[in-house]
This record gives sequence, C-alpha cells and structure tokens, in this order.
Amino acid sequence: MRIVIGEGSCGVAAGAAKVHAALDAALTPADGIQVGITGCIGMCYLEPIVDLYDGDALAARLVKVGEKHAPAIAEAARTGNLELVADLRISSEDEEFLSKQTRIALRHCGVVDPTSLDDYRKDDGYQALAKVLGEMTPEQVIDQIKTSGLAGRGGAGFPTWFKWNAARQNQGERKYLICNADEGDPGAFMDRAVLESDPHVVIEGMLIGAYAIGASEIIVYVRAEYPLAIKHLEIAMEQARAANLLGDDILGSGFSCDMRIKAGAGAFVCGEETALIASLEGQRGMPRLKPPFPAERGYLASPSNINNVETFANVTWIINNGGEAYAAMGTENSKGTKVFALTGKIVRGGLVEIPMGATLRDVIFGIGGGIRDGKQFKAVQMGGPSGGCIPADLLDTVIDYKALSATGAIMGSGGMVVMDETTCMVGMAKFFLDFTAAESCGKCVPCRLGTERMQEILVRLVKGQGREGDIELLEELATFVGGSSLCGLGMTAPNPVLTTIRYFRDEYEAHIAQKKCPAKECVDLLTYSIDPQTCTGCTLCARKCPVDAISGEKKQAHTIDPQACIRCGQCLDSCRFGSIVVE
Amino acid sequence: MCSCETPGPKSDLTLLDDAVARYGGDPTNLITLLQEAQEIYGYLPKDVLYYVAEKVGVTPADAMGVATFYAQFRLEPIGKYLIMSCQGTACHVNGSERISSVISEYLGIQNGQTTEDGLFTLEEVACLGCCSLAPVIMINGEAYGNLTPDSVTAVLKDIQKKEAACA
Repeated sequence: MRIVIGEGSCGVAAGAAKVHAALDAALTPADGIQVGITGCIGMCYLEPIVDLYDGDALAARLVKVGEKHAPAIAEAARTGNLELVADLRISSEDEEFLSKQTRIALRHCGVVDPTSLDDYRKDDGYQALAKVLGEMTPEQVIDQIKTSGLAGRGGAGFPTWFKWNAARQNQGERKYLICNADEGDPGAFMDRAVLESDPHVVIEGMLIGAYAIGASEIIVYVRAEYPLAIKHLEIAMEQARAANLLGDDILGSGFSCDMRIKAGAGAFVCGEETALIASLEGQRGMPRLKPPFPAERGYLASPSNINNVETFANVTWIINNGGEAYAAMGTENSKGTKVFALTGKIVRGGLVEIPMGATLRDVIFGIGGGIRDGKQFKAVQMGGPSGGCIPADLLDTVIDYKALSATGAIMGSGGMVVMDETTCMVGMAKFFLDFTAAESCGKCVPCRLGTERMQEILVRLVKGQGREGDIELLEELATFVGGSSLCGLGMTAPNPVLTTIRYFRDEYEAHIAQKKCPAKECVDLLTYSIDPQTCTGCTLCARKCPVDAISGEKKQAHTIDPQACIRCGQCLDSCRFGSIVVE
Repeated sequence: MCSCETPGPKSDLTLLDDAVARYGGDPTNLITLLQEAQEIYGYLPKDVLYYVAEKVGVTPADAMGVATFYAQFRLEPIGKYLIMSCQGTACHVNGSERISSVISEYLGIQNGQTTEDGLFTLEEVACLGCCSLAPVIMINGEAYGNLTPDSVTAVLKDIQKKEAACA
C-alpha cells in the first residue's frame, strides 16, 4: 500500500503537514510503505485528507484526519486491513461531491504528485506538446482552440483563439506569452489550486500557446501570497528544463522557448492585463489605454498574449481529445467546463468543476449540499468585486457567460460565495466597495473618486445615518463610474451595489427608513437585551461580556446596559437558553 | 543618486550584494529587488529603498512610488509575529470583522500597528486563499482556520506564553 496526503495550502492549513510527520513517525523503512503527497483534492471541508492506494487504484479515502490517527493508518497500510480506519473513510454522500463533477482543468489535482514529472507523464503528460510540435502548425493549433470554443477563464470570457491569433499576426522581434496567476478576487482560489497541484499542466498549456503565437519567452505573474504555488511551479520549471521540455530546441523540434516566474506584490488592479504588464516592467500597476492591445504592443512594447491559469489548464486536454470533444460540453455560447471556488455558508465547500450549462442550484445544492446550520439560502456572490449577488429566485440560472451577465453578476474567475439570511446585503455591497475603493489605482477620476463617494454612502447606511435619496444617488454614481472608468476595475466596481439594490432594495430601504438591518448584521443598528422570562441568571453572559455591560444577581434575570454594550455578540453565542434578544 | 538626505539608522547594504548582482541594472527588476530587500530587512528602510533605486537605475521617487503602490511593501518595521487577518469574501461572510476586532481589542493595536513590546503586528489582508477555513488568520506563514473570538484569543495567548517562557 501507498499513502498519499493532500498537501495543498488548504490541507496544510488544516494540519496535513502535521499528519504527514506523524505518519512518517509511525512507519519504519522496513514497512516498505511509501508516503507521498498530492495537491488539492478540492474537498476543502474534509481536510486533511489521506488516500490509501493499492498500486494505482484508490483503496480508501480518509477524511478529517488528525495526528492521532497516524498509528491506525500506518497499521492499515501495513496489513491492508481497512477495517482499522473504517471510521475515517469518506461517506458516500461526500463522495458525490467529486462524482457529480466533470474534471478537465482539475483532472490531475489531488491525483498526481505536483513535484513529480514522472507522475504527470504517467497519464498523458507532455503528449499534447509532443503532438503539437511534431505534427501541427501554429495555425492548426489555433484552429483546434477555435473549434473548442475555449474562452478566457479569468472572467472576461474573451475567445482564446482570437487573442492567440492576434498575437500570432502581429510582427515583432520578440513575443511574450504571459500567464496571469494574480488571482486577486477575494474568495477565489482555483488558480492557486491548479498551480500547486498540477503545475506541469499549466506549463504544457503555456508552451502550446507560445508555439501558436510564436513567443520565445513565457512569464508567469503569480501572487506573492501564494508561496506554495510559486515553489511547485519552480520545481516543475526546472524539471521541464532538464527534460528538454523547456529551453532551446524543445524535443528536437527546433522550437525554443524559456520561462520565468515573477511574483506580484499585491495589487488587485494587476489582474487587468495592461496593469499587469506595467507591473512586469517594474512600475506601478496602472492600466493603460487600449488600443493598442497587448497583442500589438504589450510587455516591453512587444506583441504579448495574456491568459489566465485555468485557461491554460484546459489546453492540453483540448489538444489530446480534440476541440470538438470540448465543444460538446456546455451551452451554445459557453463551451467546456468551469471551475468554481465554492465557499461561504455552504455545507460542502471546495473546488467544483462542472460543464457550462449546469444551474447554480446544481452547484450549490447538488454538489455543495446547500446551506449550513439549516438556514435559508439568500444569495450567491459571483465574480467578486466585479460581480454581483444573485438571489434565490434565480437559482435555476444556467452557468453561461450570457445568462450570468443578464442577472447583473458575471461568470468571473470562479469565486462563488454563498450567503444565508444572516448576511446583510447592504453590508455586502459596502464590503466590496471598501475593497475596490482601496484597490483603485487612482489613475482615472471616475474610479478613484466615484468608488469613494459610493463607499461613503454605504458606510452611512450601515451606521444608520442613511438619507432619503441615497439609493438613487448610488444608482446615479454607479452609472457614472461604470460608464466612464478607464479599466475593468472601475467599469465593474458598481456591480455589487447595482445587483444588491436590484434584488434586495427592501434591505436598503430598511436601513434608511427604519434604521434597521433585517439580517441583523450591521452592529450599529442592533440593540441587545435579555428576555427576563427565559434568563436563568447563570451569569455566563456577564462573565463573557468584554465590557462588563451585563449585570444581575446569580439566579436572577440579567440586564444589558445599552450605553455600555458594544454589540459584539459574545453574550448571544454563550447563552444556552436563547435569552439574548437582538433587534 | 539624488542628494536628498536619507535620515534614519544606516542599514547594512552589503546584505543585498547577491540580489543586486542578480537583478541590478534593469529597471524591470525593481519590484523583484524590493521584494528581496524586504525579505532581508523585514521592511524597506529608506536608505535601502534609495540604494535599490540606484542599483536598478530608477529615481528614488519611482522606487517610492512603487513601494507605496503595492500592498506587500512595508516602510515600517514589523513585530516578531505578523498577524495577517484575512478580509476575503468568504471570511467576511463568516465573521472576519469580529475576529479582527477581537485581536485589536486583545492586543490594543489597530490594523497596521505593532504592539509596544514589538511582538505583534496586525495587518488586514485581501484574501489568503484558504476560503473553506474561513475565518482565517495567518501568523508568520502558519494558518489558523475556523476561528471564533475565543479560539483566536487562545492562539495569541499561546504565543505570549511561549515568548514569556523564552524571555
């Protein structure tokens, strides 16, 4: 038997490295049991995950593993007696989380060892590159991508073949292929997972793209906050170089292309391609006017092509299986699959890859298992700061670029944050405007000042200082900011505000007219009190209160001093009798 | 190099020799060299910033512009433990604001500040990418997930205890 531990960032954060050390300690070399790693399996809610393999077949998947389980797992691996770990095995319900997915971009994630080229090659690794370099012209490659219908997975959904073709057509002494791995949308982590778990699939996809456009250098711009992704990418890059899959005369084809990694320094706007280029050039990441597009004048004024990680992760599959096979999945105007990072108030959170055309309900309820703690679904946020909130009555919307845009949200890069009745939608809009106002680069006035003015209005709404006409003022500002900003950041910044007003206008009105927060989240609008009928005088809340706002005799009903109360909610969490009343 | 005064304590610039040899002379390497410098000094002292500017071939104003543009760069020293409190969407939905305020209250510092004993710096960050463990904080690279006001206080207390034992 072989033991494989999921050691993506989420797994490590949940304790996978400690489990690994405990397993190493529980085994001796004489046992002959290999302990290996894999990347992110995608079932973040079950981490740490340990797989037991019998040869190449998965014999058992163990979930929520702790250090204390190491001896039992070691014994099971030694003896093959899986009964020893029966209580750790994944339930059939949880298995559905994976079995209901269609994995293309994620097909090796959680399967291969991301630090092993041999592992990647075992399946079909680097066969697509060999095929492209040996049998196909650049035009034929672009043709296959065109047939597949692959569109930019970073959010904008622009046809990939079109960008490749434009970069191919433009003449330049040097051309660059750039991978945008600056995953800045708070709430999205699929690009990180792919880079950590399957770096070779991205390198191979980039090389195919570089061949198609005629680029001699690949640059990966990756968030500095993703140290493990950078490390695995560096290892894979060196392996590829050593195996003549990168560098001069790749696989004896005459095609030469090298690669380097550039760590971003933390600026959301650098997801915008011209800002990303400015950052690569060592400058402030401020967007430039388009045209000229990067395909004409990009990095160092040379023709450049920029795609996102997930886009590249689909390329090898398309070459291996043909564009038609990819296009067979999806809807009329959105082909293939899309990866989502499903998080928030969801039962089963993690990475989900499904064919386009599935509904939001399929993902959130079918795969994600619905809302945690028996609460009600309220909305799902898609597309992060550029996207919007989609309400319950639109849960049957299909995942398709056009259909999602019609709701006011966007496909986005794949963040899918689920909210229940306790999430305030005005607060949500404020959260995103806080973000975009802070991340606005300041180059153009509509975005720099417009987002701040919108944010100020939202701040006063959540503080109970909203005025009549604030909703209309927000709408007016939104139209202005969206219509006149220089780049995508400003153009889409109003979306979270516009969608929440469109679907949850009553919440805005309650904040303004009654100074109430229906979701009971905006602390300035809440009052805490104790129901004297049910309070037993156990004193627990009084002891928990950080500001001593609660008083009362033992075994007598307690009271809260509203002047002293900071509405932190500690009493609410601690009360075992449901006596804390929040209004 | 410009003739402006560069006050403050002098940094040992020889620590940068290796990085300068690799990245010097090319303005496109400004960000990379600043990252290397911050890795070495923990932040970007003014004299280091000037030195880096000179070595890659940009003006000090350009270097300062870049250093203040990107969230990663710090112009002030940080505490021994850097607490990165995630303010991503999933963390927000799961109550990250309260976690941050509990940390603030417990340590008596606001976002961006360092405790007087030089032990902790609190920094609210965009997204750490561990969304399924929300709310999350990361202390010197180690993530702590599924936090509650009690558990986050316990994490901080543990560190304080450990430090007191060392002292």
